[in-house]
Amino acid sequence: MKWRPPSERERGVSVPVAGTFEQLITPHLDAAYNLARWLMQDATTAEDVVHDAVLRALTYFGSYKGSDPRAWFLRIVRNVAYGVLAARRRFGTISLDDAGQTPDGEPIAMEIADPADDPEVTLCRSEGFVRLDHALAALPAELRECLVLHELEEFSYKEVAHMTGVPIGTVMSRLWRARQVLMRSQDEEGTVR
Amino acid sequence: MNMDCVEMRLLVQANVDGELPAASAARVEAHLEGCPECAALQAQLISFSARMRQEVTCYSAPEHLRAAVRARLAAMAPTPEEGPETANDNMPNDRYVSWWRRLPRPRLGPAAPFGAGFALAACLALVFVLPHTGSLPDAVVSDHIRALEPGHLMDVVSTDQHAVKPWFDGRLDFAPPVKDFKAQGFPLVGGRLDYLDDKKVAALIYQRRQHLIDLYVWPDGGHLDHGPTEGSRSGYNFRHWSQDGMAFWAVSDLAPDQLAEFVALLRDGASSP
Repeated sequence: MKWRPPSERERGVSVPVAGTFEQLITPHLDAAYNLARWLMQDATTAEDVVHDAVLRALTYFGSYKGSDPRAWFLRIVRNVAYGVLAARRRFGTISLDDAGQTPDGEPIAMEIADPADDPEVTLCRSEGFVRLDHALAALPAELRECLVLHELEEFSYKEVAHMTGVPIGTVMSRLWRARQVLMRSQDEEGTVR
Repeated sequence: MNMDCVEMRLLVQANVDGELPAASAARVEAHLEGCPECAALQAQLISFSARMRQEVTCYSAPEHLRAAVRARLAAMAPTPEEGPETANDNMPNDRYVSWWRRLPRPRLGPAAPFGAGFALAACLALVFVLPHTGSLPDAVVSDHIRALEPGHLMDVVSTDQHAVKPWFDGRLDFAPPVKDFKAQGFPLVGGRLDYLDDKKVAALIYQRRQHLIDLYVWPDGGHLDHGPTEGSRSGYNFRHWSQDGMAFWAVSDLAPDQLAEFVALLRDGASSP
């Protein structure tokens, strides 16, 4: 998906915020990384995505007209992340198709970084937390990002709708579906124990 | 749960999320009094929301990422003597401003029109006399970025150099050297045709872990072989060299040292058939 500059309507939604890139955008690196990390499910790629998003944000900062800087920046992060996910899907197909044809027979997937957590994260988390994390990680990307943006980053329905480019009603039903799946998964965990 | 409740669920959720105007919230509350199921749902949603905010990992940007961003910004920041004060004189606000806008504007004297005329003539002469290599890095890098967009990357998809090389036959009036460097960690993943510098060129796509490298090749007839020159545009690194009558441009978001490694492989491999 290609990033497009905010439209006139979008620019006018809030009181303009003035400041340098460093004042406005850098404070949101954590939020950017959190979103990228949850979308990409891999620390290294998430870093690449944030880095790329910073470069794009720098390029487009001239056209930034003072809307919520965090929402503006996270939208760029999201678009970069979706671009990388699309590229990854393409490569996923290729590596399967060509696995048998390579001279030494090694699938390209061998070259791709392990999407598992880094050991630190694994260590830091207690068991119960891991379960909810896993359930969230298993959601389809569009449901996952809705929950992350709304619950973790505390964006309103309207802001999430704007950032993800869908109507508010879609945000509501995505949140509903996402929560149903997660609540059910936690119930199942409960009954198994 | 009756039909009203099915419609009510999204409203209960919106109420929990604090998204309802007061009047609608009051209607939801009124419904909850007579509907234990919806009341239970509301309690469930509230406790789940609390759990989620408490338990789900909120990742923080690693320190090296912050450092990389700081370094990037520092590299673009104005030097102290032409700091924010001077930038503010010319600009309505102190957001990031392209470097060329910050250049001091010369005061023009009476002789200025002549000087400007000469300067213009000199520039035009340069444009017509010099080959257009100045804009090539931009063209190559923007082509690489365009190619990364969905569906644009490859015309022929193969990790087999013996499939990629014949694909170019009949599509180009030259035969680009096609080598696979899988063993060295740079597998060939495909190729495509592209237009650069007003000619048809071969683009070979290599992969290094998650990173893609576009290698553009075309005959640059008569140019002497020269070693790699390097640079970067918009965060992408490139290396350019000439060898055996061909111009080579390698572009990627790979770190410069890894791109250099790739180029070294190519330069060793290209001369041997």
